Amino acid sequence: MNELTNRLKVDFDASEITERKPGLTTLKVAKDKAETLIRELRDREGFTHLNFMTCIDYIEDGIFTLVYMLHNYEQKQTLGIHVDIGRDGEEMVSIHHLWAQAWTYQRELREAYGIRFPGSPRLDEDFVLEGWDQIPPMRREFDTQKFSEERFGHREGRQSEVPRDHMKVTLYPNRGGDEQ
Amino acid sequence: MIKSLSTEDTLENSGLSAEEQQLFCNARPKAYEPYPIKAVEDFANWARANSLWILAFGTGCGAIELRPLMTARFDANRFGVAGRPTPRQSSVFVIGGYASVKTLKRIIRSYEQMQGPKFVICLGICPVNGGMYFDSYNTINQFDLYLPVDLYITGCMPRPEVLVAGIMELQKKIKQGRCDGANRYVENFDWYKANQKKVIKNWDMPDYNW
Repeated sequence: MNELTNRLKVDFDASEITERKPGLTTLKVAKDKAETLIRELRDREGFTHLNFMTCIDYIEDGIFTLVYMLHNYEQKQTLGIHVDIGRDGEEMVSIHHLWAQAWTYQRELREAYGIRFPGSPRLDEDFVLEGWDQIPPMRREFDTQKFSEERFGHREGRQSEVPRDHMKVTLYPNRGGDEQ
Repeated sequence: MIKSLSTEDTLENSGLSAEEQQLFCNARPKAYEPYPIKAVEDFANWARANSLWILAFGTGCGAIELRPLMTARFDANRFGVAGRPTPRQSSVFVIGGYASVKTLKRIIRSYEQMQGPKFVICLGICPVNGGMYFDSYNTINQFDLYLPVDLYITGCMPRPEVLVAGIMELQKKIKQGRCDGANRYVENFDWYKANQKKVIKNWDMPDYNW
């Protein structure tokens, strides 16, 4: 695995190579090199399986981090490819031609985050949210609780406790409020 | 094509295209009229209470409790409970836990296709007040805004024993003639329909008749 990541560092400028645990390594790569890198890993390095692809919203940095998780069955190695893209309407290269199941993930990402993957099949069809008329709900600027109260209403008499505060009172009444 | 006699007492079916509107009837639902003789109505209620056929539509996580209910240990057949694969043959709709908006659309379709008398049991806390999905963007918080509910069985998740107790309670209510959910749906039809259309934004189905 070290040999491979070293080569990726030279060939694709892969950075932030981290071994999270035995058998799971992640690395970061630039947006324009991601598709070539993934294709190379699939065709040459035996990473034949796409575990999943997902997205993390770093609203503070103004970026989405796309995560492509690939698996090599022969070496029992998993490799996570992190790709940063801009948050505002930026597009990403589709990988549905590498793995056919990727278009389902991409359709979901389009619906949940508003990321566009040009050329991906059935991208604009509703996936989970039929008739959605707000900003994509998994973006962190979307206030789900406010939306839920406005759209679905709350039954009177319902009590909600913040688990941390509630446990402080009920489970650890004698402790001070300083520690975690 | 079936048309109701008076024009103001019909449904708009505005979610359908002009071509599809020809395919569906636009009459309003009719309330159930009990038999004029009380003994006959009581007998009918006794019969209804002892042949509860559950629609095999698992709408949430609670549907997993229906499987042990039907098998040997809890054996719901002794209460006359059976599973049916189609809404046309079933009389009880068990809402198994949370209902997302996408599922709610299918729930309404299935409920309206069920023949009367029909009853709705809500399983778990989620249909009552949202439960752990109280702040979710696609899970409804109060099920009784959208369909009338005859019986709530709360808990997260209620075990099959509680479901058996709930079925016995439902039978008791039916025998007393207090399960009037379907009639409430007819009487407050516009209110229910407005609530349903408030959350289901892509309403592309007829308003009542299937």
